[in-house]
Amino acid sequence: MKEFLAFVRKEFQHILRDKRTMLIVLILPVVQMILFGFAVRTEIENARVDIVGDLSDPEVRKIVDRIDNNRYLEVAEVLPSPNCITSRFEKNKADVAVCFGMDFGTHLRKEGRGSVKIIGDGSDPNSAQMIVNYVMGVLRSEQTEISSSLSGQDAVQTAPSVQLMYNPAMKSAYNFVPGVMGLIMMVICSMMTSVSIVREKESGTMELLLVSPVKPLWIIVSKVLPYLFVSTVNFATILLLSRYVMGVPMRGSLLLLSVVAVLFVFTSLSLGLLISVVASTQKSALLLSGMGLMMPTVLLSGIIFPCENMPGILQCLSHLIPAKWFIIMVKKIMIQGAGFPYIIKEFCILAGMTAFLLTLSVKKFRIRL
Amino acid sequence: MNAIEIRNVGKSYGKIRALSGISLDVEEGEIFGLIGPDGAGKTTLFRILTTLLLADEGEASVMGFDVKKDYESIRKIIGYMPGRFSLYQDLSVEENLEFFATVFGTTVKENYGVIKDIYSQIEPFKDRRAGALSGGMKQKLALSCALVHKPSVLFLDEPTTGVDAVSRKDFWNMLSRIKASGVTVFVSTPYMDEASLCDRVALMMHGRTIDEGTPAQIVAKYPYRLLSVKGKPMYPLLKYLRGSEGVLNCFSFGSVHHLAIDGSRTDAGKILSGISEAGFTDCEVHEIDPGIEDCFMNLAGQSADNGKFMSDDGKRD
Repeated sequence: MKEFLAFVRKEFQHILRDKRTMLIVLILPVVQMILFGFAVRTEIENARVDIVGDLSDPEVRKIVDRIDNNRYLEVAEVLPSPNCITSRFEKNKADVAVCFGMDFGTHLRKEGRGSVKIIGDGSDPNSAQMIVNYVMGVLRSEQTEISSSLSGQDAVQTAPSVQLMYNPAMKSAYNFVPGVMGLIMMVICSMMTSVSIVREKESGTMELLLVSPVKPLWIIVSKVLPYLFVSTVNFATILLLSRYVMGVPMRGSLLLLSVVAVLFVFTSLSLGLLISVVASTQKSALLLSGMGLMMPTVLLSGIIFPCENMPGILQCLSHLIPAKWFIIMVKKIMIQGAGFPYIIKEFCILAGMTAFLLTLSVKKFRIRL
Repeated sequence: MNAIEIRNVGKSYGKIRALSGISLDVEEGEIFGLIGPDGAGKTTLFRILTTLLLADEGEASVMGFDVKKDYESIRKIIGYMPGRFSLYQDLSVEENLEFFATVFGTTVKENYGVIKDIYSQIEPFKDRRAGALSGGMKQKLALSCALVHKPSVLFLDEPTTGVDAVSRKDFWNMLSRIKASGVTVFVSTPYMDEASLCDRVALMMHGRTIDEGTPAQIVAKYPYRLLSVKGKPMYPLLKYLRGSEGVLNCFSFGSVHHLAIDGSRTDAGKILSGISEAGFTDCEVHEIDPGIEDCFMNLAGQSADNGKFMSDDGKRD
């Protein structure tokens, strides 16, 4: 036991004395969190709308006012003719243009039909789609009002009222926070453990440790324990940031979330161990954990691209990414407030993966050089 | 019982044959030296004996424990100092020592007597990080760490490589004191001059032992008369000597050439007049007693002749 404690102490000393390690361990999560949380946002704010039409027409002005009052949209300029739209898009001065037909108000009042054209900037299809949807929403609500005033009674139509449960404002932080949590914990745990073990191989101290009477299993545990602690700190940091800076709710049980997080940390640690068995230099360990783990995690775990949209093969592959299951669980717990019965499948899958990886890496850990 | 017994040990890395047919006995309480150039297989043999590598064939035991079966018992009773400095550079001198003491189930306090001799020299720097020590101090620290648990057998893989001449001498003095405390010392070195400081040595080359015995025995087996020849310029002189009548072989040893001669065909006087006539300046020729290095070069030449290739002019350092 004393041997073991000496090991753990030594490991902490390594971490605390290396500025770079400290930086990676403590600053990186915060930076990544803030980057993903703020910079990489998919919501549109203040989309610039150009108007083509007769502003003296009261109906047109009403709609334009509505657009201007919408919190996601703002009116940029009123253009004399639709021909100007192209150059406005090219100069990146507008994101969308709304063209009202001739005598829009008259047509609307007499026939209940006015022609409006919405022109989006398709060079960025995702945001164009969203902006166009916002504008359509404004037009639709205007239409509802007009039709009710025309018929003189409440609208007899079935305009669906859409509400997104759990995330009504469609905040992308709700998607990124669980993703980034998974990513950071995976990277820190697996990268740091694998590098710290491989460093001992590289510097030759592993030779000495192996020659000592300490059982290899204890060497592994003592390597892993400090990083388990570090991950706990990271987990707390991320959680606090997401709750109070990103405003992501914490609807489920904190205890359950912590249990899930610890399980995931173990998955990552065993992956790190496995890498350290394979890699013989710190560089290759970094490369393996960086490219071999981070890339698939980012691309396949559903952080950026929804798994459901992937081709069949990639979907199958994504099942193998531990982070995917962790992220699903975090979303369910934090955002939906789900209890354990609802995550039991994901939990079992992740636990199974962890057990497999852990036994494999411990078995493969060489007792000789 | 011998401290170390090696029987017919062989080891290959892929196609490269690192060791073949090594058989050695090391008696308890002696300093046994493994002498050979880089790439002779010394480190591989060390790793097999310290249970870090498995031999492909043959058997070996340390203090009666088999290196394969009883590796755990061996790991309790040996001290090992790898060739490369391998302590924790970011830990202080004291922390390194404490760590290795604890790992081997002891404390620095308990065994201070064992390492006092060596450790007291670096104790003034005990708060300094190991990475900031000089080469000689690093070596002393590594030795302290290898000794702190009172091992029965001490394995030192090229402990003096890269250390200055004074520190080397110091180091060998320490070794003889360690030996006096009853520890068997198994040491390897590429420096032939250190062979005479060992009780017994084995000469290694290309994964084989080419001779073994006490340094005196090995030197006594040297079959030729030996001359030390000095003259300028050095390299043409070497070439000239190799082509001279009655010269069996000639190797460069720092500022002189060592010349093995057939006494019936030539002697010191003939060589001296020969090279003076050939136009070399500052010529001196003495008859000398052979050293381990002369024996090594001679044996290496023979085994290479029997074997497959010959290294160029056998120059060292």
